[in-house]
Amino acid sequence: MATSVAPLLCCYAWTKTLLEQLAISTLNGVIYGMLLFMLASGLTLIFGMMGVLNLAHAAMYMLGAYLGYQISKTLGFLPALILAPLALGIGGALLERYGLRRVHQHGHVSELLFTFGIAFMIQEAVQMIWGRIGVPYRIPSALDFPLFRLFSTPYPAYRIFVLLLAIAIFFGLFAALSRTRIGLIIRAALTHPGMVSMLGHDVPRVFMLVFGAGAGLAGLAGVIGGPIFVTSPSMAGALGAILFTVVVIGGLGSLPGALLASLLVGLVQTFAVVIDVSLDDVFKIAGFTAASTGVFSDIRHTTVAQIAPILPYLMLLVMLVVRPRGLFGSRDV
Amino acid sequence: MTSTFTSRHTGRIVWAAAIVLALLLPELVASKTALTKMCLIGITIVFALSYNVLLGQTGLLSFGHAVYFGLSGFTAIHLINLIGQHQLPIPVLLVPLFAGITGAFFGLLFGVLSTRRHGTAFAMISLAIAELVAASSLILESFFGGESGITTDRSNGPAFFGIDLASQLQVYYLIVGWGVLSAIAMYAYTRTPLGRMAAAVRDNPERAEFIGYSSRMVRLLSFIISAFFAGIAGGLAAINYEIMTATNLSTAASGSVLIMVYIGGAGFFYGPIIGAILISLIQLSLSDITPAWLLYLGLLFVVTVLFAPAGIAGLVERHIPPLRAGMLHRLIPPYLLSGGAGLVFAAGVIALLEMNYHITLNAHEGPLLGLFWMKVDTGQPMAWVAAIIVTLVGFYLFRRTWPIVANAWNDLDSRQPGDLR
Repeated sequence: MATSVAPLLCCYAWTKTLLEQLAISTLNGVIYGMLLFMLASGLTLIFGMMGVLNLAHAAMYMLGAYLGYQISKTLGFLPALILAPLALGIGGALLERYGLRRVHQHGHVSELLFTFGIAFMIQEAVQMIWGRIGVPYRIPSALDFPLFRLFSTPYPAYRIFVLLLAIAIFFGLFAALSRTRIGLIIRAALTHPGMVSMLGHDVPRVFMLVFGAGAGLAGLAGVIGGPIFVTSPSMAGALGAILFTVVVIGGLGSLPGALLASLLVGLVQTFAVVIDVSLDDVFKIAGFTAASTGVFSDIRHTTVAQIAPILPYLMLLVMLVVRPRGLFGSRDV
Repeated sequence: MTSTFTSRHTGRIVWAAAIVLALLLPELVASKTALTKMCLIGITIVFALSYNVLLGQTGLLSFGHAVYFGLSGFTAIHLINLIGQHQLPIPVLLVPLFAGITGAFFGLLFGVLSTRRHGTAFAMISLAIAELVAASSLILESFFGGESGITTDRSNGPAFFGIDLASQLQVYYLIVGWGVLSAIAMYAYTRTPLGRMAAAVRDNPERAEFIGYSSRMVRLLSFIISAFFAGIAGGLAAINYEIMTATNLSTAASGSVLIMVYIGGAGFFYGPIIGAILISLIQLSLSDITPAWLLYLGLLFVVTVLFAPAGIAGLVERHIPPLRAGMLHRLIPPYLLSGGAGLVFAAGVIALLEMNYHITLNAHEGPLLGLFWMKVDTGQPMAWVAAIIVTLVGFYLFRRTWPIVANAWNDLDSRQPGDLR
């Protein structure tokens, strides 16, 4: 009797760890995806309305994290949660009013270059003020406790707080866009800016507000994302390109698309990190082993976890070939 | 794009003089460090010119041009290693050509994906490709050598008519040779029907399509040509440095060539050359003086985007009609006035930035900072107040004096309406 129980027990334990890993990765992926959405929503709205791809968006996220660190060190986390996004929102609005509007006459390429220059300068300024290595931005002590246990692993309360906040922002954004007057004008300006302007609305002011709100959201994402991920000068560079892939995969200017693509990219990246399987392992299961050296052996030995950073870009390239308009886009990239 | 100096004759003289100067430079400045710097500048010029085939000629803003430079550079290193092992019977001198072909191959590969669209979408895709390649370069260690990169020895190959590339001087002339050939070829490209069509596609893709050209095909061909010359620059870099690392194809490298070309002036053929020389010199000299030099570079770039979108070459071209009309001297007094105010403003900004940098990065060295040939005590509030006052006064004076420059220009324009502009 005892001999037949042992494998069963082993199998049970294996399933349990698998389920545990699955549940935790899903939760982490959703949280990462919601943070991505907070960034991508502003980016895609700005792009949809003004045709401007804000290359400084990820840099603003980084600035938000650093400001959050600085303010929470002196005033506390709650003031940081309000003040840092506010500062970035105002900064973003000013940037649109006095910079972007000026270069608008020279065309989209100049606008892109302008935001590129701003991103470059934020990057350098952050390194100048806070140094080239990261800062110890920690989870606020009030939220630093395990909220519940998933199987045997305690899950931090702070992550759930981030998730709830991101969901609240998501619903707030949807309500603002679909229920308020300014949201109506924004949605109209997305497709027919000329017409909205003819009807007597101050479209440049709407642009400024949307740009400011996008910058503020990026700042908020930085404040709450900083303690989860590492707050360092390199945090903007990697995220920036991923944000653009999210916006393209979701469809330019589409909020539902941005949400779906954010969650997709978030889950794919989180799950890829925990899958420790390479092509070699697949070959072994299939029953043959090939001996080769050089680049091909590199490819065969690379695990899924190792290629996690490039998966979003591969998804983007596949998307461009298969469906250039993205998931919910109305026009081709 | 192709309008160099208004008179073709003077244009040719300037080009010939530039080439002669490049050939004589090692004789004029006989120092080893200067020679190393000149090699770097030569490679950068080829790279910047190749980038302008995209940006200036075809109107494609790419954030991933270093991909073609880097991939070709890595290939070149492997080629030189093969030559050193007597497995490849070509002289090292020709490696840049093969590097260029590698660049063109990857240009075709990624160009097919990205040249479908132009403008913002193209820029976005180029960035994604750049990140993809940069991330892959750290995974495929046997080709890219991981974090430390791969190395070679350029003098391993058989000597070719006595040229074994052992000395830096030989490498310099190799770079000048390939550089001049590439520059002539790229200039000739702007004169070919394809180059003209590229400019047409840049200005109005719809009209180009109506004439019967596929703007996508024109963009793709331009992209491949640009990647080819970027590959030549990468091959030259492989020969010169004998090492390639992942930073050579990073997005930072792509961003730096974009900044060079734009500050130099993307609308003119010689703009990227000016930009490459200027930014390389800034990089070589300023990076020793101040750790904030990248911030100044970013500032210079943003100011260029905002106020001088045609870059330095555009500013030069603007002053040629008054020069030819013999009225340039009218601009000098307003320039001196406004430039003086601008200098005061810049000095204030620099003082603030440097003092800030000093207290955050070099706090352990004490509060004293050497700034503008004097010692500033960053611990005293007075120093900060003084810097802020200088900045504000400079800004105010600049705002007040700038209309004088604008008036002088208006005056010139109204005097010679046909001759100027």
